[in-house]
Amino acid sequence: MGVIIAIAVIVLIGLFLVMAYNGLIRLKNKVDAAWAQVEVQLKRRYDLIPNLVETVKGYAAHEKDTFEAVVAARNSAMTASGSGPAAQSGAENALSGTLKSLFALSEAYPDLKANTNFLNLQEELTATEDKIAYSRQFYNGAVQELNTKIQVFPTSLVAGMAKATAREYFKTDEAERGPVKVQF
Amino acid sequence: MYDQVNSNKRRSALLTLGFVAFVLLIATVVQYLMGVGPIAFVIAAVFAIGSAFLSYWKSDSIALAMSRAIPADPSEYPRLHNLVDGLCIGAGIPKPRVFIVEDSAPNAFATGRNPEHGAIAVTTGLLNLMNRVELEGVLAHELSHIKNYDTLVNTLAVTMVGIIALMSDFAIRMMWWGGGRTKRDNRDNDSSFVPIAILGFILLLVSPIIARAMQFAISRRRESLADASAIEITRFPPGLISALEKLRDDTTVTSSASRATAHMWIESPLARVDEEGKLSRLNRLFDTHPPLEERIAALREM
Repeated sequence: MGVIIAIAVIVLIGLFLVMAYNGLIRLKNKVDAAWAQVEVQLKRRYDLIPNLVETVKGYAAHEKDTFEAVVAARNSAMTASGSGPAAQSGAENALSGTLKSLFALSEAYPDLKANTNFLNLQEELTATEDKIAYSRQFYNGAVQELNTKIQVFPTSLVAGMAKATAREYFKTDEAERGPVKVQF
Repeated sequence: MYDQVNSNKRRSALLTLGFVAFVLLIATVVQYLMGVGPIAFVIAAVFAIGSAFLSYWKSDSIALAMSRAIPADPSEYPRLHNLVDGLCIGAGIPKPRVFIVEDSAPNAFATGRNPEHGAIAVTTGLLNLMNRVELEGVLAHELSHIKNYDTLVNTLAVTMVGIIALMSDFAIRMMWWGGGRTKRDNRDNDSSFVPIAILGFILLLVSPIIARAMQFAISRRRESLADASAIEITRFPPGLISALEKLRDDTTVTSSASRATAHMWIESPLARVDEEGKLSRLNRLFDTHPPLEERIAALREM
């Protein structure tokens, strides 16, 4: 009788270990896939920016400061890419900011706003910004899930075996999180 | 969320079993009344199981065809495709096929047996009426139906309700034709046609009730659940709230929808009967959608 109970306990523990291990691996892969998705969208944004800048230049050539800021922000974001979520978030958020000022500037040029090429680019960039936000949301959700799993007992026992380590969040701009200021 | 998915899978299995049982019951009655032997039962069994399989594999195409939906061209509807792309990334599901229904009434529905085979259809009226954030809210609502497997139950119901309706139609036709023929050609067979006539009549009475009850069991609560999951994806309640308010204020009737597909749409596509009187209260009981007012109020709480 005692032997049977002992075997049952060992089998149960083994079963738990396998399930916890597989769960962690699954989560790890989910985080990796989510990060890959973020990178795809960031890359798409880098690719769209030169076209946008060229189009806007044709109508508002003297707004040189804004263009330079966008291009500089793009370049620094591109150099930061591959260095990990936490390091990249600063440069990427700065790029989002300069793009906003570029679109705000276009409001003052009716001809530009009537240009179909510009409108297409604007739709594409708005969509890409949305996708970046969504992929960030999904990535951060996955990271939270993984980090919690790694920290809580008893899965924490298996974390070393599965080579699962806590991941970094891809943070949003601090300014974006504050209340929206409306100016008239 | 996972409970929701499991309960929907369970519900689908029950629905299919109930459907097969219903067809077999009819077959038994026919067999008993007409004395045609076990052949009728076998035919009915093959038919029922066959159509259950058809419902599972083909229900999305059937639902789309019934609503005259055409694939949305990405170059013609870039905004629609972009929004769906983004939401799918946020929800972590593969991108469904996107369809357009030529209809001036604003409405949308989702279908497909699982997220890998999902499809979303929106009317041209919806695209014209909604701005970007509102459209995003509506699309997030539809994607939640796919993610939660609501669409599996819904589309199964569409085909099965359709088949029951077809059967009752068939029985009624048989009733007229059979009745007409017996009088002239074959008086001896008279007795065998009367039961069919009765059966047809019963089916005629029962099947709309079954169809309604089926849809009723399906959609009311899940509309509110899908609203909640939509907000979980967009994190922006005002978008969906203002979309629902626009749907509430719009009175156009979706002409591409039929009774069989009514429960799939985001807003009840059928004309609302006068809100006064007893009949309308009975109608409300069978309503496939909770009042938009309640859904808006629930979203405001979030």
